[in-house]
Amino acid sequence: MEIITFIAKKLLWLIPTFFGITVISFTVMHLAPGEPMALQANFNPKMTPEMRERLRRAYGLDKPLYVQYARWLKGLVTFDLGRSFSPDRRPVWDKIKERLPVTLLINCLSMLLIIVVSVPLGVAAAVRHNSPFDHITTVLVYLGYAAPSFWLALLAMILFGIKLEWLPISGLHSLMGYSAMSTMEKVMDWARHLVLPVTVSAVGGLAGLSRYMKSSMLEVLRQDYILTARAKGLPENRVIYRHALRNALLPLITILGLSVPGLIGGSVIFESLFAIPGVGQLMWSSVMARDYPVLMGNLVIVAVLTLLGNLLADIGYALADPRVRKGIEGEQ
Amino acid sequence: MKLLKELMKNPMSCTGLLFVVALALIAIFAKELSPYDPQAIDTYHILEAPSQSHLLGTDALGRDVLSRLIYGTRISLLVGIVAVGIATAIGTVLGAIAGFYGGVVDMVIMRLVDVMLCFPTIFLIMAVIAFLEPSIWNIMAVIGLTSWMGVARLVRAEFLSLRSRDFVLAARVIGASDWRILFGHILPNAIAPVIVAATLGVGSAILTESALSFLGIGVQPPTPSWGNMLTAGKDNIEIAWWLSVFPGLAILITVLAYNLLGEGLREVLDPRTKRS
Repeated sequence: MEIITFIAKKLLWLIPTFFGITVISFTVMHLAPGEPMALQANFNPKMTPEMRERLRRAYGLDKPLYVQYARWLKGLVTFDLGRSFSPDRRPVWDKIKERLPVTLLINCLSMLLIIVVSVPLGVAAAVRHNSPFDHITTVLVYLGYAAPSFWLALLAMILFGIKLEWLPISGLHSLMGYSAMSTMEKVMDWARHLVLPVTVSAVGGLAGLSRYMKSSMLEVLRQDYILTARAKGLPENRVIYRHALRNALLPLITILGLSVPGLIGGSVIFESLFAIPGVGQLMWSSVMARDYPVLMGNLVIVAVLTLLGNLLADIGYALADPRVRKGIEGEQ
Repeated sequence: MKLLKELMKNPMSCTGLLFVVALALIAIFAKELSPYDPQAIDTYHILEAPSQSHLLGTDALGRDVLSRLIYGTRISLLVGIVAVGIATAIGTVLGAIAGFYGGVVDMVIMRLVDVMLCFPTIFLIMAVIAFLEPSIWNIMAVIGLTSWMGVARLVRAEFLSLRSRDFVLAARVIGASDWRILFGHILPNAIAPVIVAATLGVGSAILTESALSFLGIGVQPPTPSWGNMLTAGKDNIEIAWWLSVFPGLAILITVLAYNLLGEGLREVLDPRTKRS
């Protein structure tokens, strides 16, 4: 039963946080000097003050701020984010909706890659603490942490795309002959296009998580129950993988939840670099075009996604940790 | 002095410190160190590979890459340090107030931190920058305003544990004002982790600036910044590898130096959080 209370509490907390997100998004856009209409109007020399006033009224910008906020919020909960300023005038939500799957796919894949690589790496470094292997991974972790991801992307494009010609460096699929491919070929084509973006966007997370995994594992290995397990004469493998790893993995769930905004933020760079039509690229092009409704919609949707990611992490933690599951107050 | 000695003992933090000092010197003496004027266009020598006369090659306008890298150090360090200064100031004040007063004040501030952490920083920055002139001052302010949350949490935790100590009680008994207790008595005891976080923060602020400049919404050309030099690298990716390799290397080295120094400071100043 306790777990239900726990989840209910987390769900209740979502409401104020969601309001916070909307208030901040709204404030950010309205505190910025010069309103969006002014920017648009400045590009049009024929704009008269009367026309500008009419436009302002049409977009509700003449109303007091709280009225504008209430109106915008009402639209938001029904997924009505207004229409894009760009010539196509499409609803913002449609634009975001069609781009979300690609961004989510890439982020999930790189998250998976991060887990699959950094958990064993961190464990191995902790078990062989202070060995040459440990030192080499430490150096790599520092490098991975400090290297700008878009630079790594450029280097990878030069090496694998241009010099070796192994992998394509732009788009989600081939432009030529894609429609004629069989399903299997299409999947392979996608995979080839996704290798570079997914790998490069995982580097930062890889460094962070393997480092975290290592210190978490070292911490666990110092605990009394590990000593007990060893004293019972259990084989070392069993101690490491059954007793220690399961405990060391727990904080990982939270860390993964916290890394969601970083990953989504990174998609701005990777999607514009690799020409992938996702949310990040939409964000970038809407900044360039000063497409204010799209910008605002993007900001809110992305923050809500992060919020949901954190919620999933909290629930995951609760399910995995018997102390929370059974409602026992842990030491933390 | 003792701190310096401790830092020099560890090979990692020693390297970090030396590089941080060297980079600061490069930024200060950029004019003296540059072999060419970083803005000088030379149409006879465009996109030349590294050679004797241009050690790191030239870009699409024939400008010397090495000189532009050296001047770029100024931009990166300036943005990194000022942005972190802003973030640290905001984070320290909010964290101190939250930790010291607790209750509703604490709850409101910490909720704000949670909400801010839901936004991918770069999205938030981009949303603000879309409506501002992309000047270096705006970039610094915006990076500072969107990266104070970590410091706030840290300072709050310190203040929570320090506020019930005897020296706080003593200060209160002699009639010190809240302001004075907060920043005159508790803060000096909580400063170590703040310094560590600020040093590490410089690295990530530099990364953020270079990413923004790379996307074309940060420092604008012709002012050389490592980020916008990499944009040129991308544009000439098929013919001029040196435009992509060197600016990134400069970012890597700088961020690494600050991170190493930060980790070193953590070990020296804050033995409790000693990491392996």
